[in-house]
Amino acid sequence: MTVDGTDYTDDVEPRTLLVHHLREALGLTGTNVGCDTSNCGACTVHVDGQSVKSCTMLAIQADGREVLTIQGLADTWDGEGSLHPLQQAFHEAHALQCGYCTPGMIMASLDLLAENPDPSDDEVRHGLEGNLCRCTGYQNIVKAVRAAAVQIRQGSTKSQEVPA
Amino acid sequence: MTVIDDRPADVGGVGTAPWRKEDAHLVTGQTTWTDNLAPVGTLHMAFVRATMAHARIGSIDTSEAAGMPNVVGVFTGADFAEECPTLPCAWPVTPDMVHPAHPPIAVGKVRFAGDPVAVVVARDRASAVDAAETVLVDYEPLPAVVDMEQSLTDEVVLHEDEGTNKAFFFSMPTGADIDETFAGADVVVKRRFIQQRLLPTPIEPRAVLCIPQAASGDFTIYSATQIPHILRTMLAVVTGMPEHKIRVIAPDVGGGFGAKLQVTGEEVIALLVAKRLGRPVKWTETRSETNLTMHHGRGQIQDIEIAATKDGKLLGLKVDLLADMGAYLMLVTPGVPILGAFMYPAIYKMDAYRFNCTGVFTTKTPTDAYRGAGRPEATFAIERIMDELADELDMDPMELRKLNWITHEEFPYEMVAGLTYDSGNYEAATARAMELFDYEGLRAEQAQRRADGDRIQLGIGISTFTEMCGLAPSRVLGQLDYGAGGWEAATVRMLPSGKVQVVTGSSPHGQGHETTLSQITSSALGVPFDDIEVLHGDTQVSPMGLDTYGSRSLVVGGIALQKAAGKVVDKARKLAAHLLEASEDDIEFADGTFSVKGSPDASKSIQELALAIFAAHDYPEDMEPDLTGHAIFDPENFSYPHGTHLCAVEIDTETGHTSIRTYVAVDDVGKVINPQIVEGQVHGGIAQGIAQALYEGVVYDDDGNLVTGTLVDYLVPAAPDLPSFTTDRTETPAANELGVKGVGEAGTIASTPAVVNAVVDALRPYGVHDVEMPCTPERVWRAIQSGQKGGAQ
Ligand code: FES
Ligand code: FES
Repeated sequence: MTVDGTDYTDDVEPRTLLVHHLREALGLTGTNVGCDTSNCGACTVHVDGQSVKSCTMLAIQADGREVLTIQGLADTWDGEGSLHPLQQAFHEAHALQCGYCTPGMIMASLDLLAENPDPSDDEVRHGLEGNLCRCTGYQNIVKAVRAAAVQIRQGSTKSQEVPA
Repeated sequence: MTVIDDRPADVGGVGTAPWRKEDAHLVTGQTTWTDNLAPVGTLHMAFVRATMAHARIGSIDTSEAAGMPNVVGVFTGADFAEECPTLPCAWPVTPDMVHPAHPPIAVGKVRFAGDPVAVVVARDRASAVDAAETVLVDYEPLPAVVDMEQSLTDEVVLHEDEGTNKAFFFSMPTGADIDETFAGADVVVKRRFIQQRLLPTPIEPRAVLCIPQAASGDFTIYSATQIPHILRTMLAVVTGMPEHKIRVIAPDVGGGFGAKLQVTGEEVIALLVAKRLGRPVKWTETRSETNLTMHHGRGQIQDIEIAATKDGKLLGLKVDLLADMGAYLMLVTPGVPILGAFMYPAIYKMDAYRFNCTGVFTTKTPTDAYRGAGRPEATFAIERIMDELADELDMDPMELRKLNWITHEEFPYEMVAGLTYDSGNYEAATARAMELFDYEGLRAEQAQRRADGDRIQLGIGISTFTEMCGLAPSRVLGQLDYGAGGWEAATVRMLPSGKVQVVTGSSPHGQGHETTLSQITSSALGVPFDDIEVLHGDTQVSPMGLDTYGSRSLVVGGIALQKAAGKVVDKARKLAAHLLEASEDDIEFADGTFSVKGSPDASKSIQELALAIFAAHDYPEDMEPDLTGHAIFDPENFSYPHGTHLCAVEIDTETGHTSIRTYVAVDDVGKVINPQIVEGQVHGGIAQGIAQALYEGVVYDDDGNLVTGTLVDYLVPAAPDLPSFTTDRTETPAANELGVKGVGEAGTIASTPAVVNAVVDALRPYGVHDVEMPCTPERVWRAIQSGQKGGAQ
């Protein structure tokens, strides 16, 4: 499989979950595990451009496919070392405290914005229903996603006033 | 890759909102959670846990597990009973408190579902888990004791050597004679409130990795903990191992909320297994294990009685608590309800108060600190009963509060519970909140909906709360028999190039210490925010500290830092005077530069002085060549953040569904170092308080099995479950060097009663006087039904 632009070839046990393969075999520990019932979304990555909770997928199911994790996200943007607008917006809007939910939250938000490039507050909240954050109360996450939406639509990472 | 930083140059000092230093690695996944770490050769642990709540352990057959591939060892409680007879409880709240042994792996008996019985150590996690499943434990079942009142009958005793399920009885009568006060009152209102158990649920589960260095006998422990310093000391105390050979590191820690303020059996076992096998040992829990075994919060039955005159003047308050300890006393289990003892009188003046609390063992997961620890429970009960009293007196609940609260001219004010509140302005915070909320407008709408018999009813809930935080004055802790002090340590070190290293003894897990403490340092030294590095969470880097809980990092740790920075400035001033050939009295310090009064060209920046003192070519004779300041700050008083939270809910009276329409929070946390971080803490705190009010609750069945064992059964609110909050602040400085009060717990403490008061307020026309938490649609609907039949209370 390709992960964050690098090709990997491994023999994996059939029961290995994608998230464990990423973390333990590939050492890509940017993707987190927060539960064992696919409720928390901390493990969210993209597989072939769609967000997936990587604890709900077997590593072998990702065979031959393209996986994108939080660690490869910035490189998909301008290729010049800038953060992806979502990463920048989470930073600016204080949309993370402990940051444990953040990789999953950002990857889920990426999917949300792909489907709806200009979401309302409510649409953001519903779009992130599968991702739990215990620290922020979500309000700043909503703000960040909407701010990033503006930036993505404009194709720029320049700091943007967060919409009220 | 770097974070693009378009911050204006003048951002970085106290009162500004620089974006957090912590974020760059967190938004890019370059994190060091404990579970990310595993040196070559690491062994993994899996625990065999009790499948029943209460049983005698017969035989434990580990033979199959021991023979399985990749298994290195299997151990039971007996293997560690000598090395660590018991986990610590640091808070004996009464001299005669029953304090039963709590072995890290159960010996003889299990006392809650999840109590560890054996541990399997294997080359990889999957092998350990597979082998753990083959361990056969022969249990002789005993009856579960789930209910606290039933437990107190002692029909079935958990800790047979102690002979009772009563852990302690604590009584604190203060002020005027309580019985006389109540006898002379026009109105007495009595209620029973249930504080359901909660799962703290940091999104990062617990994890621990212990790396031994066999030759030297040194151990390095990484743990997802809030308390690396306390953990190190406690590991030494409970195992008898030398403290100086133990180094504890709290790397990136993904939330705590009190649940990682603990010394866990798993941490102790990791250390003891690493010692025995001479190899790195690691354990990361599953979420199901978290729910089952990470300590729970709350868990109280509150009987509260308030006495007043007929025109609403408060006279006295009686509180009788049953506090659920769970199966064992953990680090501060018994102290949690006792912290609440000081908070029931809240912001209200009254002459008589009596607090009683009985700690009770049950065959359930131990309880301990959860965001607010004792204070949310107290605040809930007093704010709820104020509304009930207002209803009884037919007064507006806000008017009742205004009649009884301490007015701003009255500070400092000595409370009936014994604390002296240093500062506050309840009028100002309330006025601002009422304005943002449109209190009058909403009351009018409520009246209209009531008159119309609208299916959707509106409820307005008030919480004019305060809390005690900044834990804590060491002498006060001593009076309360707590096993340690409450000071904090900080060091400020000028590096030769003028950069600054700050070392703090507090230990963050999401609060933004690196940012906030950099801001304090930047303002104190006049050094740019980006030139400051904050080090924490490693007992080797920061050997002294008492860690992070109780909203203490800024109020205690921040002030320690301010003092340490002051010592650096004093030393630098002396050096500047020497180098500028002036008297120290003639040296002025502003914006990081020392200059000679009257000749502004003669100046040295503190960053230049750092190089000068490093070179040490020319410095005063009575000075050491060093610009380092170290300070320990032990506060004299708690701090008392306060605020007014107002909540409007809409209840669909046909389905019982509650939705929050408006939530306004005006908090007074004193001087604000970083408004963005403060707001974030308030948001997250309110969310957790709302979660208790509407969504969360631990459920056990009658046999003591945890029903809410996963995040499928335990409803942690997601984004659509919560509203946007309107937040604002008033700023009444605390009587301390920075004027700060702390903000970590305020939102959680304030919000639960605001929401439940709103729910009950909406339902008053239906004869409803209480709805037990969480106020689920079913409970609300049932309350309406039984209220209409005239039965609800
Ligand atoms: S770890 Fe995948 S959803 Fe929680
Ligand atoms: S920032 Fe801590 S869980 Fe979301």
